[in-house]
Amino acid sequence: MLAREPERWQYWGGANSVEFGFFIFFAAVTIISALVVVIARSPVHSALALMVCLVQVAALFILLGSPFLAAIQIFVYVGAVMVLFLFVIMMLDVREAARVRFLRGGTFPTLAVLVLLGAEMLVLLLNSKRFPVSTAGGTGTLKELSTTLFTDYLFPFEVASVILLVALVGAIVLARSEAD
Amino acid sequence: MVPLSMYLALGAALFIIGVAGVLLRRNVLIVLMSLELMLNSVNVNLVAFSSYLSDFRGQIIAIFVIAITAAEVAIALGILVALMRNKATLDVDDITIMKG
Repeated sequence: MLAREPERWQYWGGANSVEFGFFIFFAAVTIISALVVVIARSPVHSALALMVCLVQVAALFILLGSPFLAAIQIFVYVGAVMVLFLFVIMMLDVREAARVRFLRGGTFPTLAVLVLLGAEMLVLLLNSKRFPVSTAGGTGTLKELSTTLFTDYLFPFEVASVILLVALVGAIVLARSEAD
Repeated sequence: MVPLSMYLALGAALFIIGVAGVLLRRNVLIVLMSLELMLNSVNVNLVAFSSYLSDFRGQIIAIFVIAITAAEVAIALGILVALMRNKATLDVDDITIMKG
């Protein structure tokens, strides 16, 4: 691992481009807003922080050369999922839940599991030699993407649409009051 | 240029934060939001690999993940609304009707 140290630092030395700066900015805001999601007491604050986090992830998708997925992320997550969350938070009474303390007793095993999981991921990431070192060049045009999606992946696409239909019907049935 | 391992490290950090939210918080709404965080970290990894390997399939799987997530959130919040009608609590420790 020590032998690989110089080339990793070469990355950092050559990484003074604008793209790197944007990546650091987006990544920092993503991490901070994700922490706010977990730490905030009020679910409304968590929902707003999650919205910030999802927008930053969409920006990272643009950096990675896939603007279509960034648009999907904004539409589906920020436009639909978060509005659904905020709507449910508005319907439910969250004032009592907002007073709950963040950490209760007996969280030591949980924290141990978290540290173990994080250390494992970090070790695996830093020791792997098989990552491609080519630059992020994007994957081609939207036309090619949609051609692949609607030819090779047509069956999963149809299955996904059926799943969405089932979710639609299921959500209506579950949320309906018994009186109807 | 940003090395791929930094995107993967970002994904790992987001995943850890999501796991922490699921395991540490007791508010069921925040547990659901932490699940969203974990799914997003997986999407970051998928799109990063897709971009660095010049392969479409990562993006396509990410599209499916987003679609399934939308379905999951709709069902989960429907269950939550139905549950709140019967038992007015948001604490996951109190929701033990099925004795799981």
